Amino acid sequence: MPNRLVPYIKALVHLLCLAPFFVELNRFRTGAFDLEADPVASITHFTGDWALWLLLVSLVVTPLRRLHPSLSNLIRFRRMLGLYAFFYASLHLLVYVLLFSGYDIQMAWDSLKHGQVAKLWSLWLTVWPGVVDDLTKRRFIQVGLFAWVILLALAVTSPNFMLRKLGGKNWQRLHRLVYVAAIAGCIHYWWLVKVGVKAPMKDTIALTLLLLARIGWTILKQRREPIPNASKAAQPAEA
Amino acid sequence: MLIRKTHLSGENIPSSQITPLEAFHSATTDRRAFLARAGVLAAGSAAASMLPRRAFGMEPLKTVSGQFSTTEAQTPIVRATTYNNFYEFGVPKDQPAKNAHTLKTRPWTVQVTGMVKKPQTINIDDLINYRPVESRVYRHRCVEAWSMVIPWDGYSLSEFINFCEPLPSAKYVAFISLYDRKQMPEAPDDYNWPYHEGLRMDEAMHPLTLLTFGAYGQTLANQNGAPARIVLPWKWGYKSAKSIVKFHFTDKQPSTLWNEANSNEYGFYSNVNPKRGVRYSQERERRIDSGFPHEIPTQMFNGYGDQVASLYSGMDLMKNY
Repeated sequence: MPNRLVPYIKALVHLLCLAPFFVELNRFRTGAFDLEADPVASITHFTGDWALWLLLVSLVVTPLRRLHPSLSNLIRFRRMLGLYAFFYASLHLLVYVLLFSGYDIQMAWDSLKHGQVAKLWSLWLTVWPGVVDDLTKRRFIQVGLFAWVILLALAVTSPNFMLRKLGGKNWQRLHRLVYVAAIAGCIHYWWLVKVGVKAPMKDTIALTLLLLARIGWTILKQRREPIPNASKAAQPAEA
Repeated sequence: MLIRKTHLSGENIPSSQITPLEAFHSATTDRRAFLARAGVLAAGSAAASMLPRRAFGMEPLKTVSGQFSTTEAQTPIVRATTYNNFYEFGVPKDQPAKNAHTLKTRPWTVQVTGMVKKPQTINIDDLINYRPVESRVYRHRCVEAWSMVIPWDGYSLSEFINFCEPLPSAKYVAFISLYDRKQMPEAPDDYNWPYHEGLRMDEAMHPLTLLTFGAYGQTLANQNGAPARIVLPWKWGYKSAKSIVKFHFTDKQPSTLWNEANSNEYGFYSNVNPKRGVRYSQERERRIDSGFPHEIPTQMFNGYGDQVASLYSGMDLMKNY
């Protein structure tokens, strides 16, 4: 990919990644949600799906780059894809906190309009025990939150100055946690759905292929460049 | 060549008179979107009355007013007919409305088998006409933590059970739903079809237990379990078996499909119990009515404790879930 095109493609990727968000926002604005039976459930699935999909897309970058040297500047899209995954994951978490917890969003909105900011907090205190209960008892919520915390850590350490501060090796070690986050995301999905429901299968297969591509690459690289000591050690055995 | 012609009302509508689903949706979408902008879409009943009569092949049904009705805001018919769990017609909740048109509800017979005086097969129209059809507005609580308020049309199952004359040895009744791969190509392979459910005899005889043929004053939409289903307002929604073809009377507790799929989560009784959430909390539910769904606390027995709690006196409902 010619380098001079990168800024334009970046703008395009920004638009593509934001498009789902604006589609959903527009549905809210036009009243299309009024027609839906359970918009809370659909918003939850929508944000959760896009978080996982964008995380998977960000994991496509590395295997794709390895296919051909001309694709090496794809690396310049990886961070933004990861950050958008974090963006949708955060919306997903927000939907849980504000719409699923029993938080009275209508009353919160009304008090906000009347300038009673403290009310927002007292409303939150009424639902907090339920959230704590979920966190202690519900394994799908635990594993989902775990994935979000990883994404948070990766998002916070994503700027260049954080990379320099941590040092390349440490930074890379930390950011390998993205695999753990993606696996946790898939587990979160499987633990949510009923027995026999196969909705998370496509995401899981995609993730499995992306992880296998990395394992395959590592094995291939080791074959191509045998470690010198290892080959020496092998010779006496032959003799 | 023999062309069979039936005289039952459901099949005599020329296909040209049936509103295609897409047209039905776009018509209601435009109208509702317009009304939403105009700010007049306040009452669910208003929205329900504006809907075309012929959508999903529903026919007007003669009903009398029944007991046990709640006065809570009703779920608009468009929501109750487009957001369904009927796995035989696909797992995502919008699929049954799209796929259930393949369900043939006439001719339809219901078998009565097992411990009864006389096993028999009954024509669906005879079953519907056996007793006056009552309109009863019940709360409906899905195990997925959403709920609706639906005006069902039917009569107490007890009336039909008395007609069946079960033997004194019959302690349970099982409901078997239709399973036909040709009509239900979307049914996932992972379940032990046909759908089967069951009740203890005293539960089945309880006046709340409704043998249901319609909703909103019309025959049931296919995706709501046409032509006959059970409605059990104090139990998780999946207990209310749809499109029933057989009532089997037995002295053994019937095995149920969801219990076979995941016994830790779905028990035989499946009474609504806010204290027993397995994968997620059941203490609240999203009430789906005409507005934006709002969270409300879930009540024990879905608020029907006064009527049904005595059925379970002395039982540990955390163990007998």
